[in-house]
Amino acid sequence: MEAFTTHTGRAVPLRRSNVDTDQIIPAHWLKKVTRDGFEDGLFEAWRKDPEFILNKEEREGATVLVAGPDFGTGSSREHAVWALQNYGFKAVISSRFADIFRGNSLKNGLLTVVLDQKVVDALWELADADPTAEITVDLQERQVRAEGITADFELDENARWRLLNGLDDISITLQNEPDIAAYESGRPAYKPRTVQV
Amino acid sequence: MGRTLAEKVWDDHVVRRAEGEPDLLYIDLHLLHEVTSPQAFDGLRKSGRQVRRLDLTIATEDHNTPTLDIDKPIADPVSRVQLETLRKNAADFGVRLHSLGDVEQGVVHVVGPQLGLTQPGTTVVCGDSHTSTHGAFGALAFGIGTSQVEHVLATQTLPLARPKTMAITVEGDELPDGVSAKDLILAIITKIGTGGGQGYILEYRGPAIEKLSMEARMTICNMSIEAGARAGMIAPDETTFDYIKGRDHAPEGEDWDAAVAYWKTLKTDEDAVFDAEVVIKAEELAPFVTWGTNPGQGAPLTANVPDPASYEDASERHAAEKALEYMGLEAGQALRDIKVDTVFVGSCTNGRIEDLRAAAAIVEGRKIADGVRMLVVPGSARVGLQAVSEGLDKVFKEAGAEWRHAGCSMCLGMNPDQLAPGERSASTSNRNFEGRQGKGGRTHLVSPQVAAATAVLGHLASPADLSEADARTPAGV
Repeated sequence: MEAFTTHTGRAVPLRRSNVDTDQIIPAHWLKKVTRDGFEDGLFEAWRKDPEFILNKEEREGATVLVAGPDFGTGSSREHAVWALQNYGFKAVISSRFADIFRGNSLKNGLLTVVLDQKVVDALWELADADPTAEITVDLQERQVRAEGITADFELDENARWRLLNGLDDISITLQNEPDIAAYESGRPAYKPRTVQV
Repeated sequence: MGRTLAEKVWDDHVVRRAEGEPDLLYIDLHLLHEVTSPQAFDGLRKSGRQVRRLDLTIATEDHNTPTLDIDKPIADPVSRVQLETLRKNAADFGVRLHSLGDVEQGVVHVVGPQLGLTQPGTTVVCGDSHTSTHGAFGALAFGIGTSQVEHVLATQTLPLARPKTMAITVEGDELPDGVSAKDLILAIITKIGTGGGQGYILEYRGPAIEKLSMEARMTICNMSIEAGARAGMIAPDETTFDYIKGRDHAPEGEDWDAAVAYWKTLKTDEDAVFDAEVVIKAEELAPFVTWGTNPGQGAPLTANVPDPASYEDASERHAAEKALEYMGLEAGQALRDIKVDTVFVGSCTNGRIEDLRAAAAIVEGRKIADGVRMLVVPGSARVGLQAVSEGLDKVFKEAGAEWRHAGCSMCLGMNPDQLAPGERSASTSNRNFEGRQGKGGRTHLVSPQVAAATAVLGHLASPADLSEADARTPAGV
């Protein structure tokens, strides 16, 4: 996973709530068997509308998505995270994320930042008023900064440490192999098995 | 202090617990399908890793599979490649796979329970958010992303922070006549919202829940994710044990006795404390439908489409306006007046035998309304065989419905079964998101009973409306 320390970029204010993962990446894109090439599928239906925020010239190259509450609800598709990253987003800010989407984002180095809706409103107003305004998402300080706005955010220490160092979860878990083996040796015989090995 | 059901199952699977770290949780059963696994197997190859526990892993094909002409090569080349990729990965790594055409093939969340692999007190994961279905057995079951699929394949564990617990207590002895499990869960989601369960494991409880069949319990737990909860659970009881006993992978002999003894301990203790509780009064429930573009935008069938202006919260008001625009509906319009083009009965929510029986009982001896297409898709090949043995396929076909082969079908736009732009469906599936059933398609989530009555009358309707219509039209006319 790519490490995330701090990022500064322009914002896309996405003034919608309940943006589900079917909107982020429609199902027909899920037939791909790779982790890349999803950028054209991002918000595919909405991008057909020339007035959609992502189609505005001034938003080109923006890297911080500022979304309404309940972003990433629905399907567990990690493709939603890949699509955002393939398109160029480095961080997403919302007052509330769906659990599975949040977990997926943090495992891929896409920083999802939870801020109070009042701060999200302020960031929307700033980004609307000045499309060139930059937002800094600082994971080291756990702080979001923009002109006239400074907001601390929370992220548990373990997730932060993994992100800051770009650590691979599987390698970390495998360091606990003796614990896994010990647990397995104590599993009851009645537990289901899919095949006899 | 006592513990909740979720806490008991969680504690029994902790491989390692350390200060400042998420718990490392052991996974008893890992279900795989073609959509969310290819990149995970790729990851294993790149790092030279194997599948740690082939005996706790099983795969099936469901999302991409067609429901017609299943003996012919799959027409869509991209879908074909994805299915071939799963077959190659299963062969290379030695994973048990039930492919299209196999008698055990079907929607992954129908297959696990019917094989007897889903058992109380187990941890079940799958790269699919509707894994919450398996919680109906008192299992801790939740959807995971592809990175986690790879993690489970390699380690049979997951590092996870323990969610909070929420009781959904249904007061009253039983669901009223004409009210199904689907109506109950849709009403719950509308009450607590699509984010209401976020960060929680839900436990559905109360006498009305205890009276429900396993199929009904699965319908409820299935849609926990639609309320934002990763998992939903129901305490196992005799209904659960009876369902499992004798299935292919059910424990036998002494193992059965030991298993049941353990399963009987899987109840929330009297003195356990939930982090939150929601109370639903069974007597207030009625057939329920969605009018919007998220599963929390629902109302009783007898209601009207709400006026967005009636929402105090600006974000909800805006969402309702957008939803009505997308759905092509007017505020104040009676839900019963909404005409549909398509009716879909199937999916991991309502594709089990009891669902098909319920729908068949309503269409039996009647005809699907002119201009309405009704698709009936069993959740698994075995459910299909069972339905055929009961003559349900004939009932559907005689009414004018299409009887299809098992798969996810019209629940999501990944296979040939889709809505055309602007088409409107009454669907027993789980999501009414924009474009979910096909680009521009408009979805109303309903129970199998409402779906069947809607198919007959051509507009959103409950079976009770059908009796009234029958009374107005004497037989033979």
